[in-house]
Amino acid sequence: MNQERKEETPAAPAHSLVMSRVMERLSGSDAVIFTHNQKGDDTIVIQPEDILEVMVMLRDDPDLRFDMMMDLTVADYLGNERVWPYLAGLKARFEVVYHLYSVEKNHRIRVKAPLSLENLYIDSITGVWAGADWFEREAFDLYGVVFRGHPSLKRILLYEGFEGHPLRKDYPKMKRQPLIGPRN
Amino acid sequence: MSELTRREYDFHKETHTEPMVINMGPSHPATHGTVRFFLTLDGETIERIEVEIGYLHRAFEKECENQFWNGVFPYTDRLDYTAAALNNVGYALAAEKLIGIQVPERCQYLRVIAAELARLSGHYTNLGAAALELGALTAFIYFVEARELVWDLLESMCGARLTHNYVRIGGVTSDLPEGFAERAAGVFSRNRDLGDDFAKLLLKNRIFLDRMRGTGGISRQDAIEWGFTGPCLRACGVPYDVRRAQPYLVYGQLDFDIPVGETGDNLDRFLVRLEEINQSIRIVEQCLERIPAGPINVDNPEWRQPSKDDIHRDMESMIFHFKNTFEGQKIPAGEAYQAVEGANGELGFYLVSSGAGKPLKCRVRPPCFALTSAMPLMVTGALLADLIPTFDMINLIGGECDR
Repeated sequence: MNQERKEETPAAPAHSLVMSRVMERLSGSDAVIFTHNQKGDDTIVIQPEDILEVMVMLRDDPDLRFDMMMDLTVADYLGNERVWPYLAGLKARFEVVYHLYSVEKNHRIRVKAPLSLENLYIDSITGVWAGADWFEREAFDLYGVVFRGHPSLKRILLYEGFEGHPLRKDYPKMKRQPLIGPRN
Repeated sequence: MSELTRREYDFHKETHTEPMVINMGPSHPATHGTVRFFLTLDGETIERIEVEIGYLHRAFEKECENQFWNGVFPYTDRLDYTAAALNNVGYALAAEKLIGIQVPERCQYLRVIAAELARLSGHYTNLGAAALELGALTAFIYFVEARELVWDLLESMCGARLTHNYVRIGGVTSDLPEGFAERAAGVFSRNRDLGDDFAKLLLKNRIFLDRMRGTGGISRQDAIEWGFTGPCLRACGVPYDVRRAQPYLVYGQLDFDIPVGETGDNLDRFLVRLEEINQSIRIVEQCLERIPAGPINVDNPEWRQPSKDDIHRDMESMIFHFKNTFEGQKIPAGEAYQAVEGANGELGFYLVSSGAGKPLKCRVRPPCFALTSAMPLMVTGALLADLIPTFDMINLIGGECDR
């Protein structure tokens, strides 16, 4: 009982084929902040400014061919910044998390871009995968991340007129908002 | 008829029409699922369509972040509620990946059985409802019977018909009841007959075929770009199935086919699902043949609730029983993404743990969210009547799409 759980070292070197290829392609730039392959999920953490460049590379590289944007979401680490060693240094609180899949090559990668509350902007990837449209709207709706260049960034699950972004950790769970009446 | 009236009633003269904006839904008798379409029609042709979802949003993620890890299961039941056990399995596998444990073999077989029965239930609901919405009430009743029989099996397994809440982290709640295999054999033979009748009723029906064939199509390339998975992607000829591409549980050892379509239209989606029903039955039959004896839970009180006997006899079991009930399982900090093949496509769970008893983040990747977002692509320029079969075959499940 009460034994100290051994902390898993997250900075495990990436040895998979996908990761070595990704790192080879990104070796010249300083986009990559951190990599790990915890539980076998290849992950790269990149500077949010470089998101478009990296995503286009991941899609078009003949060895990678990530043709499907499987999932896009945001995680809020308010009060839990210690989970990732790089978050505190960047003063980042949020992470935009992309899960990509290659139908052709049958491999996956996770791309993360840390963002701070003051600078909650990132480029939209709807131009890279059209399917990112609604996923980005949802992330904007629930977390307030603004995707620059999105064709119509408006709320999707909640109604227009809802105040705040409910999946942020500082949004109280029991908070009530009066439902808006009919708009005429 | 005088010269004047003939000129006035010249029906062949080109008439000038203005686009008409109509609102369809969120509660419309011909769509299953609460969704609202804003349509701009030119005659009967859809010029523009805007889809509005969110009518069933109930803050799934926020609720999960305030639950212990095991308390999330009832919420996952209500994602794709036509195939509830599949969601249980997906979440449990993601949590187990994060912990780094593997469940015993018998448990894996039990999970596959529950998941495939749930897939059957999901496909029966979808295909039956699709037939209903195209006017074929009789065919719907055939699949309602088939679904009831499957639900009877699921009920005998886990005690609930719709929201099974069957799986736990590190195991399942109960073993198979006595005589399950025999009852399952009876159900499957009846369901095969029902399936044949259902196919005969519809696939020789000119009205049904005309409304399904060539409508709502999407190209292979577009489908991949829009994140299509599941039967809708396979209808385009892409044989991507998570059970085969990245096998989990015991799917790697089971023998089943992955049906694919050619054109990607509604009829292909329908046929792919119809064949998947047969394949799911095949999988369950194989599982019932091969299922080994053994424990159904991991032998580790830290992750799986120990039995009452152990709690009374074993110190560690008692401690973890108390701690897990009051503090939740302390899953090590980290993140994991686990995909399973849901009834609609890739159902992915992305979990982040901070080391506390509750998830820091519990994201589900809903397959029909991506499918629904491509609706404008599939129906713009088509007739209003084509919207109904297309939306049926997308199979939007409000609980899953809106979470």
